[in-house]
Amino acid sequence: MTVDLMSLLPPAIAVLGALGLAMAGMLVWASKAFYVETDPLVDALMELMPGANCGACGYPGCADFAEHVVAGDVTPDACTSCDTETFEMIGELLGMDISAAESMYPVTICQGGTNCKDRYDYIGADTCRAAILLSGTKKACSYGCIGLGDCVRACMFDAIEIADNGLPRIKKYNCKGCGACVTACPQQVLTIAKEHGPVYVVYASHDKGKYVKEICEFGCIGCGICKKKCPEGAIKLVKAVAVIDQEKCNQCGTCIEVCPRNAIVKL
Amino acid sequence: MIETPGLLPTENLFPIFVDAMFTKNFLLIMFLGLCSYVGLTTNSDTSKGMSMAVTFVMTMSAILTWPIYHYLLSPASIIGKDLTFLRTICFILIIASFVQLVEFIIRRFSPPLYKSLGIYLPLIATNCAVLGVVLMNIQEGYTYGASIIYAFAAGLGYSWVMLATAALREKLIMRNVDLFSGFIGAFFAATMVALIIVSYFSMVKL
Repeated sequence: MTVDLMSLLPPAIAVLGALGLAMAGMLVWASKAFYVETDPLVDALMELMPGANCGACGYPGCADFAEHVVAGDVTPDACTSCDTETFEMIGELLGMDISAAESMYPVTICQGGTNCKDRYDYIGADTCRAAILLSGTKKACSYGCIGLGDCVRACMFDAIEIADNGLPRIKKYNCKGCGACVTACPQQVLTIAKEHGPVYVVYASHDKGKYVKEICEFGCIGCGICKKKCPEGAIKLVKAVAVIDQEKCNQCGTCIEVCPRNAIVKL
Repeated sequence: MIETPGLLPTENLFPIFVDAMFTKNFLLIMFLGLCSYVGLTTNSDTSKGMSMAVTFVMTMSAILTWPIYHYLLSPASIIGKDLTFLRTICFILIIASFVQLVEFIIRRFSPPLYKSLGIYLPLIATNCAVLGVVLMNIQEGYTYGASIIYAFAAGLGYSWVMLATAALREKLIMRNVDLFSGFIGAFFAATMVALIIVSYFSMVKL
């Protein structure tokens, strides 16, 4: 069958053109009829947001956060991913003075790792969460880091790795302080700390003092010497482990000196 | 002389339904729409959203494209010229504009639905499975009613494969075996599910 191109051309152009125009017209009408008013300020703010959608601010994503910032529900410094420059630009846009939130990053409060002996060989799903289901953990210390890297997998910024000593190491350059690793850790051996301003952390295991002494070089045995010596009364014993009240602590360092176990450190 | 198929279904609808859902499944047998299949089955929540969106768009595009083809493009149409070579571009035009329209509408009237479904709609605009359904409708010469049933069943077929594979892949990812991670794992899972339905329907005669 031969096709007569010239006789097909006019109806083809007409049909396709008419369809195209009809669809375009419908979309133009729909975009007006179903127009959703968005605050131009939200759009402008969205441009400045890091767009990581990490959720550290407590909202599902950057777009949602931008909406709530403009609505005044939250201050922009709740975002931990923005750098100082971005905060300045956001401040300019919103006409407010934002002092950038101090950058936060996670610290490991376990010194076990390869120092902490294994109770048995663990062969199974390669996650901390699976390993913890087997009669505590494979580590001698049931409160220590298991080292199977749930935190590494939780990190969206490639900012954490399991180092040679079997403990998570934080790459501060990549870290945005979103705290995803802290949430992911089933042993709670990670905690969020401020970049500047020293924090005292107690290497804590709630196992019995004598047992802790056997298995761990650093672990707090709950002797209570630091509690007695602290001039501010900032230390109390919770479940036989020293806990430091960061509000009262004046960072004098007395507890570090008196601790017989070196369980308290300045970061 | 080519005749326009009627509006009301004259075919036996049950085989059409089972064909689209199982024996000629769009994902596993025809291998259409694989990009969304591989990309979204890592998570059962996203595959649920995508399945709902695809089923909806497939059904609606069958409703829209059948009259366009038979009343404008086919040689038996009112124009009387054989414009069938325009069908692919016309169908894409119609599906894409329709998807855009739906996006406008749900954005205006149902923000929660927009948040859960909205991100998948642009992905569907030129999904080959959707285009495949409407082209199959024409190729098989279905009546209007049958073509809608066929498209809906194809959507359901897409959905169950998405959900089954997502369930399988979620389990495989948990095992942390290298072979099952990433795209290799997706195709491995696809092979297993495809083998299951091919072997089942080669034994069970409908």
